[in-house]
Amino acid sequence: MPNSYLLTVITFLPLAGSAALLLLRGDDHAWIRRLALVVALAEFIISLLLLRGFDTASPFYQFEERRAWMTSPPIYYHLGVYGISLFLVLLTTFLTPLALLASWTSIAKRVREFFVMLLVLETGMIGVFLALDLFLFFLFWEAMLLPMYFLIGIWGHERRIYAAVKFVLFTMAGSVLMLVGMLWLYNVTGSFDLPVIQGLLQSGQVGLAPRAELLLFGAFFLAFAIKVPLFPLHTWLPDAHVEAPTAGSVILAGVLLKMGTYGLLRFCLPLFPEASRRMAPYVATLAIIGIIYGALVAMVQPDLKKLIAYSSVSHLGFVVLGIFALNTISIEGSIYQMLNHGVSTGALFLLAGMLYDRRHTHLISEFGGLATPMPVLSALFLFVCLSSLGLPMLNGFVGEFLILLGTYGHNARWATFAATGVILSAIYLLWAYQRVFFGGVTVERNRALPDASRRERVILFSMAAVILWMGIGSAPFTRRMEASSEHVLTQMQRPSSYEARWNGTPQSAPLEGKLPVLAVAQERAGHP
Amino acid sequence: MLPPNFPPLEDILRLAPEVVLCVFGILIMLVDPFVPRAYRAPTRTLALLGAGLALGATSLAALHPGLAFYGLLRIDSFSVFLHWLIGGIAALVILGSSDYLAREGLPSGEFYALVLFGTAGMEVMASAQELVTAFIGLEMSSIASYILASYRRNAPRANESAMKYFLLGSFATAFFLYGVALVYGATGTTLLPQMDRAPANPTLLKLGLGMIFIGLAFKVAAAPFQLWTPDVYEGAPTPVTALLSAGPKAAAFAVLLRIMVTVVAASQLWFWALWIAAALTMFAGNLAALVQSSVKRMLAYSSIAHAGYILVAFAARNEIGTAAVLFYLVAYALMKLGAFTLMAHLGGEGERRLEINDYAGLGEQQPVAAACLSLYLLSLLGLPVTAGFLGKLYIFNAALKSHLVWLAVLLAVNSVIAAYYYLRIIVVMYMRPAQQEWAPLPIPAAVGLVLLVTAAGTLYLGLFPGIVMNFAAQSALLLR
Repeated sequence: MPNSYLLTVITFLPLAGSAALLLLRGDDHAWIRRLALVVALAEFIISLLLLRGFDTASPFYQFEERRAWMTSPPIYYHLGVYGISLFLVLLTTFLTPLALLASWTSIAKRVREFFVMLLVLETGMIGVFLALDLFLFFLFWEAMLLPMYFLIGIWGHERRIYAAVKFVLFTMAGSVLMLVGMLWLYNVTGSFDLPVIQGLLQSGQVGLAPRAELLLFGAFFLAFAIKVPLFPLHTWLPDAHVEAPTAGSVILAGVLLKMGTYGLLRFCLPLFPEASRRMAPYVATLAIIGIIYGALVAMVQPDLKKLIAYSSVSHLGFVVLGIFALNTISIEGSIYQMLNHGVSTGALFLLAGMLYDRRHTHLISEFGGLATPMPVLSALFLFVCLSSLGLPMLNGFVGEFLILLGTYGHNARWATFAATGVILSAIYLLWAYQRVFFGGVTVERNRALPDASRRERVILFSMAAVILWMGIGSAPFTRRMEASSEHVLTQMQRPSSYEARWNGTPQSAPLEGKLPVLAVAQERAGHP
Repeated sequence: MLPPNFPPLEDILRLAPEVVLCVFGILIMLVDPFVPRAYRAPTRTLALLGAGLALGATSLAALHPGLAFYGLLRIDSFSVFLHWLIGGIAALVILGSSDYLAREGLPSGEFYALVLFGTAGMEVMASAQELVTAFIGLEMSSIASYILASYRRNAPRANESAMKYFLLGSFATAFFLYGVALVYGATGTTLLPQMDRAPANPTLLKLGLGMIFIGLAFKVAAAPFQLWTPDVYEGAPTPVTALLSAGPKAAAFAVLLRIMVTVVAASQLWFWALWIAAALTMFAGNLAALVQSSVKRMLAYSSIAHAGYILVAFAARNEIGTAAVLFYLVAYALMKLGAFTLMAHLGGEGERRLEINDYAGLGEQQPVAAACLSLYLLSLLGLPVTAGFLGKLYIFNAALKSHLVWLAVLLAVNSVIAAYYYLRIIVVMYMRPAQQEWAPLPIPAAVGLVLLVTAAGTLYLGLFPGIVMNFAAQSALLLR
């Protein structure tokens, strides 16, 4: 198998690159930046190899790698890629070099450590998307916390330490319970291997009691809902976004939040289908509240970065709504919207960062009439805004449309409420755009601001190209995602005995076979 | 030539590690008066040699598993595991304390001798299968620790700490001894394997076992008997704190485990006590650690919390739990030894720099030290790729296997609380500028070696726990 190491290479190349960076002299900034960029670009090109060998028709894992790692408990080094994770990996490898470029001049202190952290973060994120072993997944999930923590805490703005600690504590609170859930699953199934667990649950060989399934769903859901973030767990997000350096915000919005929605699609729905169905109305309600609340709060923000942060809450609400509407079209839309949000919001943060580099402020009132001194930047800003608010022909439209279409078929009221979010997003984005770029120049020193430099143009035009491509040529994307979203729904199917258990049929849970948990349960029952 | 009833050679071999430790302890005491005080190398060499040979003797003992001295001691995989651990702790403490003793101008002969004697006591506890023998081991290790805790006798803090330790410690051993007496009264034996068989007076037996539990709970600093810990750990010289937090705790846990696994009555009686003690201990340690301003005291409270985590595995009462305890003790010893040894070095002369703000800017001034300390803290916090994470994972697993879901959830909640104060130290080291200029102290070679061993061990066990975990699982299996 010529490709059998491809995923390992993709996962660990950035880590190797960061080790190489440590060998350079700490004050040799030019070479540090160049080496980091070369590593990130190489990573992007290698990840494109995935597209070539990827069989779009198959919903199964490809490029799989599986090696024994630990014996007790049995843990495997198991990587694999499938429809959903493929695009998220590509999104990660695409955004990382851009984030690197965006930090080219704005990071002045501890340059080497900054780029090391960014590359380590990339390894963590890619690992999360590729891991097929629960243990390995958790390892990457937690490992990526630390570089983000340092990125915010060392290179952030004034309240950086508060924001960094809040970010870590929120995430850990969710993930520790998820770890308990994973071990519970292990005790029931005897395996950490996701495909194995999925197979056992799906075929009914292992049954979870309804209460157990609800608790497990809760443990996993909480971890992912914090990461998404779902209202009312979103409070860490504005702080983290506002305080993080530009690159941190881009990665945070572009990729980290997607780990939450990815987890929902990957674990919550396929492993705990009935719990997901029963909880769906509640989750959808929270998602809709998040859509409207996020948009309303974004509208009144005086701070450009905070506005974008709250718009993320709103947009991710759409994604969660699409996932829990539980049909092919809405899930497909959600997957598409995950990518869109990564690109559009990532681009918005990059633009906000460029304004910050010039004026060292994010306050909207400090700007005004910027279209005069910087026409190129303002044109691109408008383009990205339009994509984010879902203008037809651009990427955002496709995702939101699919989500609303699918949701409407499931529950028309949900779709109606959610659709107001589309209108609200147009209001807050265009209003902010108007205040920043239109009219006369309000602050005199803004008149002399330089337009986008060559480096910034490279960043912005590559973003714009992707936005346009995903808007016009969406068919190749959606075709692949349709298979994945159908697969999610297939994975949610269970034999009839499963339904019976949920409908309160008195027969006790059919926990057949040699499960360790059974032995303990029986022993316990017989114990005085 | 030999007197009648002289124990067979195998028995002596089974006791070899303890014998070696005591012999070298006495040797150091004999050599010390003849060596000028400023000249520290001979005693240190002897101490290291003693600890190393004791580790060698452990492998000798491991070749002869079985009962020794009419069943007073039992050399099995479990006790060998703990001998390795305790011997290793002693060696690392000796290595890490030599520069500290020189810096503080403290005599080194007695120090090393006491460490060796105390270690011998702990090792006796690890293999004792009879309660009076366990008590002798407990006393040997306790008396050595009392003196070690007061080793900086000119520092008032140290005196207070030693006094407190001595009074409360004697109280605890009294509890233990009284419990042993009651158990003997109830069953007519102090040999653990015979306790279930002997005709028992159940009430008396329960009372006795309860007292033994209280005595040992004192020693492992389990709530509500943990109050002495922060003062003692803070007042004792930092290398001694390293020893206290790792060694005696492991030994006391060993006695607790052996009683619980061998005596069915104890394991039934103690279940709720363990459950409640585990929950209380975790919260008592972590909540108090949140508000500490001294790093040393914060880590003392964190020790309490970790005792609580270990008790969760006890409450699981299954073989996975036993293995989890053993693994966690190793992981815990590595990170605490590393952290306290580093702290002893960074504390500077007279241990004045122990406040959390003294660590500001360490990330830039002393990157290696800061990186090592971060690693220990992250391991204590339980982030992946460290030994602490896997240890916690095994504990979770054991608890869930016995359906202790709520205890597992409490442990999870505590991990998050703990994250706050561990991260606080990292924040200060990397994200705040230094408070005042001070020349970075070069790390002495011996301290560097300790840091290397502990940091590498923490990482290695986090990635490849196989060897240690298999050993622990085998010990747990053979303990019955």
